[in-house]
Amino acid sequence: MRVRRLAAWTALPLAVTLGLAACGSGGSGGKSDPNAAVRIEIAEPQHLVPTNTNETSGSQVLAALFSPLVDYDEANKPHEVAAESVTSSDNKVWTIKLKPGYTFHNGEKVTADNYLDAWNYGAYAPNGQNSSYFFEKIAGYEDLQGEKPKAKTLTGLKKVDDLTFTVTLSAPYVDFKSMLGYTAFYPLPKAAFSAPGVLAEGYEQAPIGQGPFKMKGSWQHDAKVEVEKYDAFPGQQPKVRGVEFRIYQQMTAAYADVLSDNLDVIKEIPTENLSTAATDLGDRFRQSPASSLQVLAFPTFQKEFSKPEVRKAISMAIDRDEITKSIFKGSQQPARSFVSPVVAGYREDTIGAAGEFDPAKAKAMYEAAGGPKKIELSYNGDGGHKDWIDATCNQLKANLGVECVGTAEPKFADLLTKLKQKQPVGMFRMGWVMDYPSMENYLGPLYSTNGSSNYYGYSNPEFDKLLAEGASAPTQDEAIKKYQAAEDLLAEDMPVIPLRYGQNNFGHSTKVKNVEVDLFDRVDLLKIEAVK
Amino acid sequence: MFRFILRRLLQMVLAFFGTTLIVYALMFAGQGDPIQALAGERPVTAAQRAYLTEKYHLDATGVGGFFYRYFDYLKNLLRGDLGQSLTGRQIGDILAAAWPVTVKLALIAMAVTVVFGVTAGVIAGIRRAGVFDNSTLVLTLLVLGIPTIVLAPLAQYFLGVKWQLFPPTAGAEPDLYALLLPGIVLGSLSLATALRLTRTSVAENLRADYVRTARSKGLVKRRIVSVHVLRNSLIPVVTFLGVELGNLMSGAIITEGVFNIPGVGFNLFRGIRTEDGPLVVGIVSVLVVVYLVSNLVVDVLYAVLDPRIRYE
Repeated sequence: MRVRRLAAWTALPLAVTLGLAACGSGGSGGKSDPNAAVRIEIAEPQHLVPTNTNETSGSQVLAALFSPLVDYDEANKPHEVAAESVTSSDNKVWTIKLKPGYTFHNGEKVTADNYLDAWNYGAYAPNGQNSSYFFEKIAGYEDLQGEKPKAKTLTGLKKVDDLTFTVTLSAPYVDFKSMLGYTAFYPLPKAAFSAPGVLAEGYEQAPIGQGPFKMKGSWQHDAKVEVEKYDAFPGQQPKVRGVEFRIYQQMTAAYADVLSDNLDVIKEIPTENLSTAATDLGDRFRQSPASSLQVLAFPTFQKEFSKPEVRKAISMAIDRDEITKSIFKGSQQPARSFVSPVVAGYREDTIGAAGEFDPAKAKAMYEAAGGPKKIELSYNGDGGHKDWIDATCNQLKANLGVECVGTAEPKFADLLTKLKQKQPVGMFRMGWVMDYPSMENYLGPLYSTNGSSNYYGYSNPEFDKLLAEGASAPTQDEAIKKYQAAEDLLAEDMPVIPLRYGQNNFGHSTKVKNVEVDLFDRVDLLKIEAVK
Repeated sequence: MFRFILRRLLQMVLAFFGTTLIVYALMFAGQGDPIQALAGERPVTAAQRAYLTEKYHLDATGVGGFFYRYFDYLKNLLRGDLGQSLTGRQIGDILAAAWPVTVKLALIAMAVTVVFGVTAGVIAGIRRAGVFDNSTLVLTLLVLGIPTIVLAPLAQYFLGVKWQLFPPTAGAEPDLYALLLPGIVLGSLSLATALRLTRTSVAENLRADYVRTARSKGLVKRRIVSVHVLRNSLIPVVTFLGVELGNLMSGAIITEGVFNIPGVGFNLFRGIRTEDGPLVVGIVSVLVVVYLVSNLVVDVLYAVLDPRIRYE
């Protein structure tokens, strides 16, 4: 869960000292104090309604208040949490059985209706929910769209009994179970609605969930959101009494607070502090894999970039290792595949020879294919991308003998607007953060003909077909095979050049231990402990 | 006097509408795609786009659309409704929460400026070319040369993190002590200017004819300085401080960000970053009022300080 806006910012040229103990749980000394509260940094959430929350700060708070149907294990495969079982025989009709004993913080029992109400509310277009597209795979979604939708509820959702309901998808989708771990799929209590389908005024100020923590007071805008342990929670109990999510506008302020033990966890250490973080925090400076992938994309609809040979030659002329080492100081990793290593089905070096740095071969290939004499690299100027774009440009100049300029657009939105109008912006940077751990999430939205983020004009019927086959495959393993075949097609066509995988660079105070940040940039609230 | 104030108040109404029109126009012209800016780099669904477009009349573009939206805004404003930010919060509520803390910060900064700046300025003016005068000259040059964007993090790092004299950030409900460091940082720039201004003014007035006359009449030096010189010297300083009060309230963007104080500057910064037009215009409209009122107060104070100035 994330905002792609954040993705753009995390990919800053970083200067981290190398050779850190990355995985040890820092500050493991000291006894755990179950009666202490921990303080975690967030930005002001945009919303605190599950179906309206699609950025990391809001989803971090909701992760405390709600318990998801499924969560992800070490290999990022889903396992049941609030659900007893999630099963399907044909990947089209899914039966979800809930664990008994869950209650909302106001005492209401959690039933299948709570899920149906919440999802119907989220999918109904006039409610304007940010995450409504998560429900688009469910049958009947189309009827809830438009200004005056035909229906108010999804035909694909059916209650069986109090703890069981079925979800019928409009087409088979093998990764549906993985999707259920996302924030949008939390249930809402009856108390959240003032009338059927109408969210009660003020619910967002103090959301009632069924998770391990309940609200303590209400959301204090720009200041903090406090939660405390919910004793009637039947699942795994947290090891702290409560959490204070403290709202920061600038990460540097949060970093100063962590240094002086005024704050316990900072989820993203600001760029300017990364060079000193290792000395400032010692083993309390930590890194963990993140799902983000940074690429340079081609407008394949433009004539000069229409040949795959040109695109491959440019890829071969870029020395990824050098850039990640000298500009990012190891805070990101070089990428040579179209999917991130954090999902099942990832293979190393799927782009093959195109990922090997070989200036001589690249130049010969580039000239043979008649690549353009001048290359433009467009990027958003607000995300700290200038350094690596300039470095890439210099490499292209030296290795291909072309002219190269980096062009900054004020914001990423400006770049997207130009791309939508098919204006010639040259090559451009893109970042991607996954919605849920699945190979499909790195392929479908980005490269399928009607993909929501396909800005390159890439269209390959064979690729679309393989993705559709993968989605309707009977098992996840078979789906992965189809997706991998689709990824191989991308490697042949190279609509984008994969450059780097992201990492979470986080830090914590001396007052906490067992701090872990998951792939969605959320602190694991069930693991974190306070130190006495 | 009464007629003067009345005339000024009427002028303020015009100035207010003029500035809001300009600010609204600038925000309108500079707006790329606020819906996309709100969502960051993720694609926006058609449903979400339609919902926000309708709610904020974002489909009304061009000159006609501009005036439609501006008058719509004004209509609500006159009813006391500042509208909603793009994230759906009442801007009135945001401001109500943000103002007290910003005012507190500005008053601390103002107090620092007046107490240290004016006092040191008077001393430096009396002992012109002395050690005190020269050292304050160097110090103020230094402070004037360092922008807040450098000064604030430096102060935070050394005084807050390294030596732990002050809390490094103030947070939402800060006590006076937590606001002291940000207040000093915020006030330091105006402190330097106020000091230089007072010093020059005092030094100049000390050489004026009336001082020589007073001295030759045998008045004690203290009385000459505190009653005659100070009163005359303060006119330019008061002008400066009046304008500065407005600056302190709006110009705390950097300081409030560095010390994590959720005041007006903090919200203004977020509004600009996320292209939240209604929020920016709402905040700026209130800031305009603050400026206008503080300028009026300055003008009235002139008459109090200088009997030769009469408003008729």
